[in-house]
Amino acid sequence: MTADHTLTVADLSLGYGDRTVIESLDLVLPPGRVTAIVGANACGKSTLLRSMSRLLRPRTGQVLLDGEQVHRLPAKELARALGLLPQAPTAPEGITVSDLVGRGRNPHQRLLSRWSAEDDAAVAAALEATDTVELADRPVDELSGGQRQRVWIAMALAQQTDVLLLDEPTTYLDVSHQVEVLDLLTDLNRTRGTTIVMVLHDLNLAARYADHLVALAGGRLHAVGDPHAVLTEDTVRAVFGLDCSVIIDPVSGRPLMLPIGRHHVAAPVDVS
Amino acid sequence: MTATPTSLTTGPAPETVARVARGRGRRRARRRAVVVVLVVLVVAVFAASLMVGRTFYPPGDVLRVVLGEDVPGASFTVGRLRLPRAVLALLVGLCFGLAGVTFQTMLRNPLASPDIIGISAGSSAAAAVAIVTFGLSGAAVSFLAIVVGLGVALLIYVLAYRDGVAGTRLILIGIGIAAMLESVIAYVLSRAAAWDLQEATRWLTGSLNSAGWDDVVPTLLALVVLGPLLLTRVGDLDMLQLGDDAASALGVRVERTRVVVIVAAVGLVAFATAATGPIAFVAFLAGPIAARIVGPGASLLVPSALVGALLVLVADLAGQNLFDHRYPVGVVTGVLGAPYLVYLIVRTNRAGGSL
Repeated sequence: MTADHTLTVADLSLGYGDRTVIESLDLVLPPGRVTAIVGANACGKSTLLRSMSRLLRPRTGQVLLDGEQVHRLPAKELARALGLLPQAPTAPEGITVSDLVGRGRNPHQRLLSRWSAEDDAAVAAALEATDTVELADRPVDELSGGQRQRVWIAMALAQQTDVLLLDEPTTYLDVSHQVEVLDLLTDLNRTRGTTIVMVLHDLNLAARYADHLVALAGGRLHAVGDPHAVLTEDTVRAVFGLDCSVIIDPVSGRPLMLPIGRHHVAAPVDVS
Repeated sequence: MTATPTSLTTGPAPETVARVARGRGRRRARRRAVVVVLVVLVVAVFAASLMVGRTFYPPGDVLRVVLGEDVPGASFTVGRLRLPRAVLALLVGLCFGLAGVTFQTMLRNPLASPDIIGISAGSSAAAAVAIVTFGLSGAAVSFLAIVVGLGVALLIYVLAYRDGVAGTRLILIGIGIAAMLESVIAYVLSRAAAWDLQEATRWLTGSLNSAGWDDVVPTLLALVVLGPLLLTRVGDLDMLQLGDDAASALGVRVERTRVVVIVAAVGLVAFATAATGPIAFVAFLAGPIAARIVGPGASLLVPSALVGALLVLVADLAGQNLFDHRYPVGVVTGVLGAPYLVYLIVRTNRAGGSL
């Protein structure tokens, strides 16, 4: 579980129909780190994530896991190394938490030897890590949004991959649950060395929790690197078309972006 | 969230592992019990449909006929009439139940069953045209039924395709195509010289009248080949319930699975339909009934196949014996299925969701 997998994107172009979403993108995702992908709506963040887990074939270029094209790897082998939590997965009607989390074990199972003690242990560990043990026998339909999101993350944890991709894992959650989910992912990164790559809407949470920020604009890479280098007033203006002021967050020491709209700006701020 | 959860560093607590194993064991035990009960019921109703009829034959006589002995009277009634009929009912019930739940699981919608979205109607129209208009029989009819069934499935898929297939669009297009194909069947039956009521009910609602061993053989072959093929995809189908993206992330080749599963399920529907016509609503009802009794989270393929067989056997037994007039099996299952269809549509509308 400590083997580092490096995910690389080389000259990647992606699209749906005759619409191009990502154009000739080059990117290396550092192993054992937390990376956040940020950008305006429809800039191709989710599309990029989908292609990394083989959901979308590249038009041109490649997605490489340790130098091998993910589209050429056997499906289950890839799924043992690389997990993805999509934005809107659906839970089968009435399924219990423990059964849903158990589905994360699919890539580890063969046709005949279907379920092992190891699978039970992986499910139990995932339930404990996400603080959902008490919910184990409850139907997923009955849970609150925050609980449900923790259960989906538990399913991804049960998959026990070295790389975990998450598409907006904090959507629909209130602020305390957002922090809880991001703390959990950080724990996972620090204790197991899991490489985390997530698409996040909230720039400030992204800057706080990611070691590595990727800013996309219009399907192209705009800036990449340390949050201090990426989350700048210039980047925000270029990527989101928004004026802002970036200060140092007194809590985390990371950059904190304060948007400047047309109203409620107390004192003139120098945004040149 | 003050400290790092211990399970990430030291592994899960033994109590939690035991709890997970216990819960899973309980659900698996229930699943097994349901399958055993269903098998017993299917066997019981199968036996009953050999014994009961205008003349009652005791189990001893029936058993001797089945074993090939010559029993005066029973040999003809049971051996030539009731046995092929009951075997065919069992087989087409298994086929419809298996195919229906496969579509419902794959498209994540109980309305997506082959008898609602026009696949059964396609096979039925092809068989009706082949038999009634062109006077074909046997393998040629099965072949046409499967080709047209697959063609209809492909047509619905293509018409519903826009950056992937959304279940609702596919179902609405399928319902429209089903209506068109049913009018083709009605047209063929009204124009044909060989028009008779038996044929008409067979192709419109499904009937086991005129069931013979020559209907049993192709259906059995289809089930023996395609049934196991579907059963090897049980795990992938379960993953598809989570959505295409999640399934793919869990190591399922989504498109390949979908093609294999559609071909196998359409094959089952087409062979069964070529033998008995589209027995109304069996494919549609079997899955949801199985889901109710098995409980959530379990694979429904085997239980649903058994429920399908049970539905056809019970409906035919009732249609033949309960009323002063003999009704074809499809009329009985239609009476059961239609209210459920209404219920399902009312419920989804009330929930405010899409289909």
